[in-house]
Amino acid sequence: MKRETILNAVMVLGLFIVPLWAWIADEPFIITLTTKAAILALAGVGLNIALGIGGLVSFGHAAFFGLGGYAMGILASHAQSYAPIMESPFLIEGTKSMPVIWLAAIITSGLAALAIGALSLRTTGVYFIMITLAFGQMLYFFTISWPAYGGEDGLPIYVRNGFPGVNTLDPIQFYGVVFVILMAALFFTARLIKSPFGLALNAARQSSERVETVGINPYRLRLMAFVISGMITGLAGALFADLNRFVSPTMFSWQISGEIMVFIIIGGVGRLFGPVVGAVLFILLEHILGGLSDYWHIYLGVLLLLIVLFARGGVIGTLAGREASHD
Amino acid sequence: MTDPVLEVRGITKAFGAVHASKNITLDLRPGEIHALIGPNGAGKSTLIKQISGGLRPDAGSVWLNGEDVTPLPTPLRARKGLGRTFQISALAMEDSVLQNAVLGALGAHASPFQFFTKALSQKDLRDRAEQALDRVGLSAHADTRTSELSHGQRRQLEVAVALTLSPTAFVMDEPMAGLGAEGSQTLTTFLDTLRHEAPILLVEHDMDAVFALADRISVLVYGEVIATGTVDDIRQNPKVREAYLGEEA
Amino acid sequence: MSFILFAEQVLNGLQLGVMLFVMAAGLTLVFGVMGLINLAHGSLYMVGAFAAAAVAGLTGSFVLALVAALAAAAAAGALVEMLVIRRLYNRDHLDQVLATFALILIFSEGTRWIFGSFPLFLNIPDYLSGPVTLPGGIQYPLYRLTLIAIGLAIAGGLFLLISRTRLGIQIRAGENDREMIAALGVDISKLYTIVFALGAALAGLAGALVGAIQSVQVGMGEPVLILAFVVIVIGGIGSIKGALIGAILVGLTDTLGGVLLPELFKTFMDNAAASSIGSALASMLIYILMACVLIVKPTGLFGART
Repeated sequence: MKRETILNAVMVLGLFIVPLWAWIADEPFIITLTTKAAILALAGVGLNIALGIGGLVSFGHAAFFGLGGYAMGILASHAQSYAPIMESPFLIEGTKSMPVIWLAAIITSGLAALAIGALSLRTTGVYFIMITLAFGQMLYFFTISWPAYGGEDGLPIYVRNGFPGVNTLDPIQFYGVVFVILMAALFFTARLIKSPFGLALNAARQSSERVETVGINPYRLRLMAFVISGMITGLAGALFADLNRFVSPTMFSWQISGEIMVFIIIGGVGRLFGPVVGAVLFILLEHILGGLSDYWHIYLGVLLLLIVLFARGGVIGTLAGREASHD
Repeated sequence: MTDPVLEVRGITKAFGAVHASKNITLDLRPGEIHALIGPNGAGKSTLIKQISGGLRPDAGSVWLNGEDVTPLPTPLRARKGLGRTFQISALAMEDSVLQNAVLGALGAHASPFQFFTKALSQKDLRDRAEQALDRVGLSAHADTRTSELSHGQRRQLEVAVALTLSPTAFVMDEPMAGLGAEGSQTLTTFLDTLRHEAPILLVEHDMDAVFALADRISVLVYGEVIATGTVDDIRQNPKVREAYLGEEA
Repeated sequence: MSFILFAEQVLNGLQLGVMLFVMAAGLTLVFGVMGLINLAHGSLYMVGAFAAAAVAGLTGSFVLALVAALAAAAAAGALVEMLVIRRLYNRDHLDQVLATFALILIFSEGTRWIFGSFPLFLNIPDYLSGPVTLPGGIQYPLYRLTLIAIGLAIAGGLFLLISRTRLGIQIRAGENDREMIAALGVDISKLYTIVFALGAALAGLAGALVGAIQSVQVGMGEPVLILAFVVIVIGGIGSIKGALIGAILVGLTDTLGGVLLPELFKTFMDNAAASSIGSALASMLIYILMACVLIVKPTGLFGART
């Protein structure tokens, strides 16, 4: 536990210092890269609640990532075109305010996770993996065919959304917002793990029967975990869309679902900072290896394979050893 | 006659052509240990599953404290006071002994939907957990990872978790399985005192323990209860002797 | 809509269905016998298509191209099984998903490295091109009819294999109790490699056959893979019969839905809106179908009873 805490502290420090240095050295590209890593890490923090703690292998979390992104896209595009989304029975106008957009993203993905989870959690094992994948695909194909928001070509958002008191166009300030959100999510997850909910969810992953015979319904636990998980990943989607000022159906793709899972595994599944380590490594690899070779995905594939086969605990597992069994 | 704490009436269950439970009726009275014995394949596990809630009977009912719990799923039966231990330990192996015990206390006495407090810091849960561990003798191992416990210690933990429910009845599935002579003796003595807290429906193969502990014994053969009675009744019952020993009288 | 148009769409649905079956059969066999979920199945489909395109380009013979597809996919399958897959049999599903996902990355980029990013072309041979006139005045491409025939033949062949041959008995026994057949002296390692290679060969063949009517490019396998998963989830994992019925259901639903739904919407909406809403909904149809099946039967139509 001690080693893991040190590692976590190093990560937080790194995520704080590197962009600051980049700002001082006037390297906005590095700030943007770190922002991307932090947002992807947030998506992973979301999935890790369902996957790492709950043991739910959701291969369709891109559904929530995309929904968050499109919540942003739809609200922002209506704002920038000054056309309301709906006039009757309620007047719903677009908005370019980040907090409102985030709320919309969280609520939308939460509701979707409730619906998808309620259905999917009635299945187990491979069926669960497949049905979550299928729901992601469903949204992907729907978004491609729906012409209103760009369809396959996607939807560009010309101006970054606003956050009160912050100049969001300034890379370091936008990063600041993202950093705070990521830390808040990590703090929330840390509390969750130690809470009665976390204890029960984690136990349900290890033995459903045990949890039932002490009087807890595992289905409800998992559904709640799935919804929380979907909401956090949805928030990440909205931030991602804001970073790129672009939303497209690829945010719903199974490749994205797979990639988010890959970060978590590389970092260490079930570990608090697993998604953070994984996302940072992924971005580093993409940047460094990608510069060397066009085919860097091969190396990513080999790395992933080696980790799955031989270093199951991921980077954190290898460096920090076995998890302590309690706080 | 005092009302039974746990009752099954006319439990019947068939899997296709296999009649696993044929009109089984038996009860568990306060303060008693009622042993359920029978050769392999008799349908003991199927019956246990129907009592604890994991399997729906085709016909018949299960009553706990005078209430019909047949339509209730396992978690609700546990909350109403049915404590269960498993033949093959069902414990959260990665968690510590204390965490498993706190889980038990949580399930029976609090809601799992609390997100911000620390589970191990909740006084009520922790007290119950520690008391249960103390009673089975596992206090010294509270922080040990469950996977590192010996087989006998895991059996103890199973009982401790059941204790945290403050149950009104225990259903124990072969608690002696895999224990050596000393472990069995310790557990036997423990169960003997436990019966006064809550009666125990004890499924067992270990005949020494059964004859030492049981107030009543029911013998299950091919899904049917062929006899119910005291230890002496059962020992002398010709049907039972036939079922276990073949033609020997 | 005219009868002829409708009949054509039904045939298209059937053709999509049988090709999905060929893909799904390998997937469900591997899961049923070895308990392994294999995301790299789509890559084997792609390998078959590329091998066929390459050989067809060199020799001009479609038959040789198909043989090459079978051989290359089977070889790739056997190799992957021996190097990677066999380490995964005792692992949990998450590990299998991740490891085979890694294989997808390796195969896709590897293929792109060898063949480049542009699609290859595989042409329908002359003797199979052109339309055929069917009863009722329907003109239907001969090639697609051939695919339907090949698909059904493969289905028949698989049923015979499973029910009549020694290998089939081992497969069926293996699906029920792995440890038992090992105890009975069956060489599990070899059995697993054969089953995996068989599944791979089928995927490769499907890739080559379909590659002639679509294009042969990197990443062609994954959309088909996902459809194949939907098929085996609907049909029940481990069941070949389920795979066939599921595949035909999916093929027909997808094809007919894509055509009929916009038409349905046109009856009360203007054309443009009807087309877009109709096709958007049609694209979701098979997933809705899968969700409905799973609500009623959480392990699929012919899957193991829980």
